[in-house]
Amino acid sequence: MKKCNNMSLFLKGILKENPVFVLILGTCPTLAVTNTVIGALGMGVAALIVLVCSNVLVSLLRKVIPDNVRIPCYIVIIAGFVTIVQMFVQAYFPEIYELLGVYLALITVNCIILGRAEMFAGKNTVGKSMIDGLGMGVGFTIAMLMMSIIREVFGNASFAGIAIPFLEPFKIAFLVKAPGGLLVYGLLIALVYVITKGKAPLKKSFSCEGCPSKEHCQTGSCEVKGGND
Amino acid sequence: MDFKGLVVILLSSVFVNNYVLSRFLGICPFLGVSKKLNQATGMGIAVTIVMLLATAVTYPIQYFVLNKLGLGYMQTIVFILVIAALVQMLELVLKRFSPSLHQGLGVYLPLITTNCAVLGVAINNVLDGFTFLESIVSSLGCGLGFLLAMVLFSGLRSRIDETDVPKPFKGIALTLIAASFISLAFMGFAGIVDNLFI
Repeated sequence: MKKCNNMSLFLKGILKENPVFVLILGTCPTLAVTNTVIGALGMGVAALIVLVCSNVLVSLLRKVIPDNVRIPCYIVIIAGFVTIVQMFVQAYFPEIYELLGVYLALITVNCIILGRAEMFAGKNTVGKSMIDGLGMGVGFTIAMLMMSIIREVFGNASFAGIAIPFLEPFKIAFLVKAPGGLLVYGLLIALVYVITKGKAPLKKSFSCEGCPSKEHCQTGSCEVKGGND
Repeated sequence: MDFKGLVVILLSSVFVNNYVLSRFLGICPFLGVSKKLNQATGMGIAVTIVMLLATAVTYPIQYFVLNKLGLGYMQTIVFILVIAALVQMLELVLKRFSPSLHQGLGVYLPLITTNCAVLGVAINNVLDGFTFLESIVSSLGCGLGFLLAMVLFSGLRSRIDETDVPKPFKGIALTLIAASFISLAFMGFAGIVDNLFI
């Protein structure tokens, strides 16, 4: 029974609450680095590592951190892990470091990580938080890979840097540029909606819970997320 | 640095390297708060002010503290803390000295703490090796570019929300596709600014 629960907790992050396509969190890196498969994979894995580590640490410290300063504490924890990952990537994968550039440092302000710390790790046990972090991280990586494959294969006629000659005459160059990212993202969200037949949980029901600005927000629900009901 | 160079930096950060539409920073508020014109304007102005202040504060910290002490790797942690503290302080100061302005912009300030555009500007200015003046001009440009994108997009969105579209596209999906077209339009600026002063 317990194992089954853990499994569903893990799968939740991949399908039902996929951070990218359903929760619409972490849009900035999703759009910015998915023009190459390698960049997307590097970003996904880096975010996964930070997410798992920060979820575990936040969960360990959840009884120590006073409630009213929790957001700054979470941010410092996350920034610490991001710095570690940044130095690690710079040392062992310099090409990926060059490719990701400033976006690697910007994992710090990725809403997925802060959102999960606030929504889940701050309230649950260490084991559960770790599984949640893994599920969310894998879900994020899969979503990034999906987008990057579409963008690189059709936009640049290559896969992970290896050219695909027969697609060369048909490539749509604008897909690897900025507008292509927004377009593919929009289409994929619509596709996920069709696949889940609109049964994905209402965004409203958990959007505000994890929002760092909840106390200051007057609308009661994020406007953009209310539109998909 | 001559005046011409500064103008090029300003124009290119407003139009060519627009933070929202070509670098994808600050997408969350761009999608979240762009539904009404007055909200979009308020958010845009607040972001511009915070970007300017953040650059003015983080630049000396980077060059006079972190680089001097060899603590370059602490950049991310220090910058995010400084920005968070700065936003809080700005909110307190506004509340005390200009309640009316606080009422207008106050709600947007906490949202900005975790806005990647602000951190992105601060880090990018250091990465690009700008001087202090250039950094200030570039962050002013980025802020204005953000404001421009927000205002343009809020006009478009008020139309989109009234249209009858297939259900899967309703809401966020169509919003993103519309943003894609605006971004496409902004790509047209790419060649213009570089050749403006030749």
